[in-house]
Amino acid sequence: MIKIEAVVRPERVNLVVEALIDAGCGGYHIANVTGKGTQQGVEVFTGRGATITTRAALPKTVVTTVVKADKKDAVVEAIIVASRTGEDGQIGDGKIFVSPVSEVIRVRTGEKDAAAL
Amino acid sequence: MDSGSVAWMIMASALVLFMTPGLAFFYGGLVRGKNVVSTVMYSFVSMGVVSVVWVLWGYSLAFGEGGQFIGNFDFVGFKDVSSDPADGAMLFAIFQMMFAIITPALITGAIAERFKFTTYLVFLVAWITFVYAPIAHWVWAGDGWLFELGALDFAGGTVVHINAGIAAVVAAYLVGKRRGVDRGVEPHNVPFVILGAGILWFGWFGFNAGSGLAADGLAISAFLVTNTAAAVALVVWVILGHIHTGKMSAVGAATGAVAGLVAITPASGFVGPMGAIAVGLGAGVLTFYAVRIRYKFGFDDALEVMAVHGIGGIWGALATGIFAVGGIGLVDGDAEVLGYNVVAVLATIAYSFIVTFIILKILDVIPGLGLRAEDADEDAGLDIALHGERAYVGDGAD
Repeated sequence: MIKIEAVVRPERVNLVVEALIDAGCGGYHIANVTGKGTQQGVEVFTGRGATITTRAALPKTVVTTVVKADKKDAVVEAIIVASRTGEDGQIGDGKIFVSPVSEVIRVRTGEKDAAAL
Repeated sequence: MDSGSVAWMIMASALVLFMTPGLAFFYGGLVRGKNVVSTVMYSFVSMGVVSVVWVLWGYSLAFGEGGQFIGNFDFVGFKDVSSDPADGAMLFAIFQMMFAIITPALITGAIAERFKFTTYLVFLVAWITFVYAPIAHWVWAGDGWLFELGALDFAGGTVVHINAGIAAVVAAYLVGKRRGVDRGVEPHNVPFVILGAGILWFGWFGFNAGSGLAADGLAISAFLVTNTAAAVALVVWVILGHIHTGKMSAVGAATGAVAGLVAITPASGFVGPMGAIAVGLGAGVLTFYAVRIRYKFGFDDALEVMAVHGIGGIWGALATGIFAVGGIGLVDGDAEVLGYNVVAVLATIAYSFIVTFIILKILDVIPGLGLRAEDADEDAGLDIALHGERAYVGDGAD
């Protein structure tokens, strides 16, 4: 089993989750986060509307899903298509992290791994 | 007093009281999310403590006929303060109580996010007694020396705003810089700031249009110039902000509006509509650059009390002498009032600075008090550490 965490633009979340379902994901969860990647953060007023500073607090959304290993490439590709903006993509479109998951348990039945996804 | 004036002054008193919770939200929105309850309480608790002090001895010290510098104890416990509308003594005392409540609350913008709350309660009592009451007596009591001199302060530019601004500098300096704010603090809730500024603006009509103590033409004129100065300073702030940063700040709009209201306060009974525009213009420009310059100084006036209320108030006092109509202002070739108001400004600055300094120094060394919250409490946030409450309970665990 593989965990796929995609950091995407908040305005692309609806497209990304539709693509996940189409690619055969059984579920996902979403978290709104702030942070900084290649983009340099966001300008905010810190001086009462008189002075402005840059904060590493750019809003992003993380979509997390766990899938069977054979679905990994299809899901990753679906996320890329759904979250890339413009012709060739732009800085700030996001990043995808892929990692192994050792065990999955469904709380209701106690089913494990593939049966629990 | 006629019944119309009685009705208006009761309403005006309520309007001025409402400014204090307005200020609470104004300040509360500007701080970090972990210090919202604390910041709001600094203002709200003044409605409790100062009301009691005012009834017991504050009013008597401020408005008793005790001489040029301070009142006396004739009206302790509101003894002999008549509720007969014919002389309006109690109504005046009520109206003045609301000014006494908001003035120390203004100071708390400078000490927000780190001042120890228990010590603050003691400070409220001492400051109203030893700083506010004497200055109110000088300026507004019939036998006060600045009143007799001929200084003009219609609604409290010296007593309220310069006084609070200077005390704020002293308090910010003595309590020291907040921990971990070198990169600046982003206001945690901008709509709170706008809500608070809106309530302040609304209440300010009672503050200024009530200060003639009558429902008459002067009140109408004071209402218009109050609104006009606030409006001009608001516009000046957003434009200057845009010139310097490329963005239009809502917090800047709120700050500008308050700065305009501060500056028109002493002038509101003396200037016309065009004078109000001049007052608002000056207030907007001066306070905007005062905020920018303040960053270069070593003291952490967290919410810019000196820049907005101190500088705005000083400008308002001088502007009263410049733009007053009816042959008493500099625009009519008469510099006398301007001179008296310079004296009033300097006297207020000196007295507020020295006595606030002494009060805070004493509170700092009294065992069990001290000015500053513990470092760990400050880091955790004063809300949870000193009040056991949070502004935002987001985890759903209970």
